[in-house]
Amino acid sequence: MDMLRNEVRQLNPEQYTETKALEHANQQARQRNYQDFLIVDVDAHHYESESYKDVFSYIESPVIKMEAMDSMRRAGRSGFLNNQVGYQSIGGRMTRHAGRHHYKAKGTKHRDIDMTLEWMDAMGVDYSCLFPTPMLFLGLHPQVEIEVALCRAYNAWLCERILAQEPRIVSMLYLPFNDPEWTYRTVRDFGDKKGVVGFMVTAPRYKPVHDNAYMKTYALLQEMGKPISFHAAYSWDDRGLATTNRFISVHSLGFMWFNMIHMTNWVVNGLPERFPKLKTMWIESGLTWAYCLMQRLDHTYMMRTSDCPQLKRKPSEYMREMYYSTQPMEVPDDLSVLEATFKMINAETQLVWSSDYPHWDFDLPSIIYDLPFLKEQAKRNILGANAARLFNLSPKPVKKIP
Amino acid sequence: MPECFVAKVSELKDGDRRIVISGQHEVGVFFKDGAYYAYSNYCVHAGGPACEGILVNNVVDVLNADKTYERQDFGDSVHFACPWHGYEYDLKTGECVGDRKLKLRKYNVVKRGDDVFVVI
Repeated sequence: MDMLRNEVRQLNPEQYTETKALEHANQQARQRNYQDFLIVDVDAHHYESESYKDVFSYIESPVIKMEAMDSMRRAGRSGFLNNQVGYQSIGGRMTRHAGRHHYKAKGTKHRDIDMTLEWMDAMGVDYSCLFPTPMLFLGLHPQVEIEVALCRAYNAWLCERILAQEPRIVSMLYLPFNDPEWTYRTVRDFGDKKGVVGFMVTAPRYKPVHDNAYMKTYALLQEMGKPISFHAAYSWDDRGLATTNRFISVHSLGFMWFNMIHMTNWVVNGLPERFPKLKTMWIESGLTWAYCLMQRLDHTYMMRTSDCPQLKRKPSEYMREMYYSTQPMEVPDDLSVLEATFKMINAETQLVWSSDYPHWDFDLPSIIYDLPFLKEQAKRNILGANAARLFNLSPKPVKKIP
Repeated sequence: MPECFVAKVSELKDGDRRIVISGQHEVGVFFKDGAYYAYSNYCVHAGGPACEGILVNNVVDVLNADKTYERQDFGDSVHFACPWHGYEYDLKTGECVGDRKLKLRKYNVVKRGDDVFVVI
């Protein structure tokens, strides 16, 4: 029970801590007794760009490393890495994006570990699957060898500096998907590293997931028992999305669009039949896209089964066996619509909660815990147990809610 | 109804605010353009600290007489934005501007001599 307090305070953004920024999330965690059960965040982020100097030092090619190091001395000019236009902080309304620069690390471990553990404890999270931020757009880099070089450097850096140092932080490592051979080698070389619970493809890119060149990677992942995930993002350079003029538009469409394409190719080309034990996860597209695509594909499949002869069941039946991360979870005024979506994707076993923190549209565990149509066990499955099964994590809570 | 001390009148400059916590109540008290406003500090969306974000005027699309788009500009209404996700509230009413059926709980503010109080 919270103690009664009487105080008056001023805003002081220069004394930023995650605990203060998330004080209300912390209240929710205590009020809902999150300490009693496991909560796993399958999609959280750090800003690897804040550690580029260190990350770049891991680049294997001496020529590319020289280009990368030089680019840091030319801030604001043409860069070594691609990026995306996007005012994600809504003109400064997201004050934590500026406030985090005032964050003072404890100094014993990497700053990203300190910050991540602090917000995890405030929210009531036991384990987080950490992903990069600017690298979500790296699949659109015109130079494939740069994607490979940075992917290898980042993965090596992450494994050594973060995952090996902190057991509560895990990751599904970035795959350099524009190069199928290096995609395979990345799984082979990093699959057994501490804290690596799977591998991730950034969705904005123009490679078909059913290309024969990827089959040996899928076979290896299936053999290792590690899931493959597709992390959504947008591209304002996509020819269709380029017609949109506000971030709300490119974000709302883009985060669904690329995963809808990859999912369609994945199912229509029979990959669930070819790799029946390969676990597949779709990240940060929300849930409505799956609800839509299941119906759309099923409807057309019945007329055009000859287009997908590898399928032995309707597309939605395969999709219902995949995993979906929750955020950004659309909550309609009429909750029966959301309830139907949960039913369509078999949420009690296939839905896994994600925060996306510290990004602008993050979700808290309460977005699941407060749903009136879920029973307690279903809430606990979605918030942690499903992910623990998928990532092979201990079901015992380890967090320390302040 | 208990009154909680907020600040001395002279301490609050235009655009200043205080967060007052009393028991289970957490209230943001604003002083803007000569008036005081006080609302619950719990956002109607996800429970974020609704009163702790930036003050910003409403954004408007300016159209020409022939309905063509001219530019964006700031309007005359003052909003405050929840720093967690950007839900915006009308400073004068506490209404969520994206859906005015949603409102923050409003509290009364009283001035007694040189002191400002919020009625909890």
